[in-house]
Amino acid sequence: MMDFLVLITVSVVIAATPMLFAAVGELVVERSGVLNLGVEGMMLIGAVVGFGVTMTTGSAVLGIASAALAGAALALIFAVLVLTLMANQVATGLALTIFGIGLSALIGAGFVGMPIAALPKLFIPGVSDLPVIGPLLFQYDAMVYLSIALTVAVGWFLKSTHAGMVLRAVGESAESAHSIGHPVIRVRYLATLFGGALAGLGGAFLSLSVTPMWAENMTSGRGWIALALVVFGSWRPGRVLLGAYIFGGVTILQLHAQGSGGLGMGLPSQVFTMLPYLATIAVLTIISAGPWRGRFQAPACLGQPFRPSV
Amino acid sequence: MLNRRQFGLSVAGTAAALGVGPMVGRAIAADKLKVGFVYVGPVSDHGYSYQHDLGRKHVAEHFGDRVETTYVENVAEGPDTERVINQLAAGGCGLIFTTSFGFMNPTLKVAQRFPKVKFEHATGYKRAANVATYSGRFYEGRTVCGLIAGKLTKSNIIGYIGSFPIPEVVSGINAFTLALRSVNPQAQVRVVWVNSWYDPGKEAAAAKALIDQGADILSQHTDSPAPIQEAEARGIYAFGQSSDMSRFGPKAHLTSIVDDWTPYYIQRVQAVLDGTWKSEDYWGGLATGTVILPPFNPSIPEDVRALATKAVEDIKSGALHPFTGPIKDQSGKVVVAEGKTATDPEILSMAYYVEGVQGTLPK
Repeated sequence: MMDFLVLITVSVVIAATPMLFAAVGELVVERSGVLNLGVEGMMLIGAVVGFGVTMTTGSAVLGIASAALAGAALALIFAVLVLTLMANQVATGLALTIFGIGLSALIGAGFVGMPIAALPKLFIPGVSDLPVIGPLLFQYDAMVYLSIALTVAVGWFLKSTHAGMVLRAVGESAESAHSIGHPVIRVRYLATLFGGALAGLGGAFLSLSVTPMWAENMTSGRGWIALALVVFGSWRPGRVLLGAYIFGGVTILQLHAQGSGGLGMGLPSQVFTMLPYLATIAVLTIISAGPWRGRFQAPACLGQPFRPSV
Repeated sequence: MLNRRQFGLSVAGTAAALGVGPMVGRAIAADKLKVGFVYVGPVSDHGYSYQHDLGRKHVAEHFGDRVETTYVENVAEGPDTERVINQLAAGGCGLIFTTSFGFMNPTLKVAQRFPKVKFEHATGYKRAANVATYSGRFYEGRTVCGLIAGKLTKSNIIGYIGSFPIPEVVSGINAFTLALRSVNPQAQVRVVWVNSWYDPGKEAAAAKALIDQGADILSQHTDSPAPIQEAEARGIYAFGQSSDMSRFGPKAHLTSIVDDWTPYYIQRVQAVLDGTWKSEDYWGGLATGTVILPPFNPSIPEDVRALATKAVEDIKSGALHPFTGPIKDQSGKVVVAEGKTATDPEILSMAYYVEGVQGTLPK
């Protein structure tokens, strides 16, 4: 039984990791006041570039780095359009997703059906072979640890560094931040690029680790779940991490419930597919209307363009 | 959103169908037959649409300069379908294959407008004087897989990854289970539905869940090779789907259920050239080469291989019908009486699990 629980937990962590990468990236973007709905597109670009580079060079490290760069490159297009050219963020973000789906399919046409080896799992002799603890904590590949490290780093950055405080100030009140001399547009550019890079990493985790292959549209809506996660986690890295594992857990548990004959307590499996979004709507309602209103607010300037008034 | 491949969010498909992507060839000299194909997915999917396009390529090869083929890929099932089919018909195609269930009504609509053009619609059930239908008896291949699984399983638990609970998939699960238990009455099938034809991440997670529950052989009715990869990584066996997936798991891959439309496409193009084309309902299986099984894994023992090969021959000759009574559903009720076989309409509307499948069929 213990072994079985360990196996389930491992599946949950793996299912959650692509969404965690993308959600933590988007969190930083949104905390700077920018709403980028192109997460799905940036993940796909990361997935295809990560796969392609790993396959052609044989180096997974190079593949992962290229995936981050590719995601950031797509985010740069978005940033130029909405930050410099003042295009509408929602429309541009949606366009970025559609563009990413098409572009990744074009780039990946030659990679479909090519098998590669999965990322190697970490193995520390003496630790990884411990019962329970070993498989539970010390037998993932490096990207899983990277996702957690990045979440912690982002939390620390936002809370305890001066630069993090500037970023939050830009997201809460761009005018005030600008008036005391902070470079609003530059901060937003950097945040958007960081978000793109992390979405790219999330995509690469799918194409290099979860299913080591490239397939058109292989993210299958995980970018949208990542966006929902940011709201679900009310723009806090710790809660986003928790949310990612809960959403991952729901997916895995319903598969297990079906396989063991229970069919998820009699509920159709489609209900479980809906759950992340339902939960997000519930959280959104609670934080915007409930008694906790004001404590979990979205960044005040989220989605608003900023035009420096000299 | 029932039958046939819906490749995720088909935003790209819509964009393509709006005329951004596909190029429809120009009308050519009148003595050539122009044959059009409409696909729901990309030809690069290495699955359903890929196999149809392979058929198209073979048609082009077989008839040389007597025919010209053209195709439109990534066509969303919806308002765009009709426009694409209409464009092909108006562009001079004499024969048009529409290869997805959701293309049914648009095909009939356009067929009315072009009575001289012949249409062939895959996996549908509505016909007209110039609209024929065709499909594959994929369940015949499942029977052979079930026999192999029954002989090879040690845990007596088989994991089955389903896409949507439609008759095509359910009849496959049942044919597999009946064959499985005919050689191994202890064995059981656990089904997990992923509600997608193609979601590698979810298929991999489903495969993991089933393996964690003790399955030592996987079967799938989804199109990505993710379950095969998972089986390879965990050191168990698996059956592939749609195309030969052996390169994704050389050790795990036992065989695949492959749809091969080539013989049918060549036959129908020939009929149009000869002027003998008639609207029919065609349902081909192992005997017609519509369903084929790629070479068995060399690690399958000789006696199991012989059993499977004999089953293929018997199904081809008609000596073995995958749904031969007595067949009981999960509640123990006899659904096909002893000495009888399930009729085609019964197979095409199958909405129950046979004994030996765990769990309840989603409604």
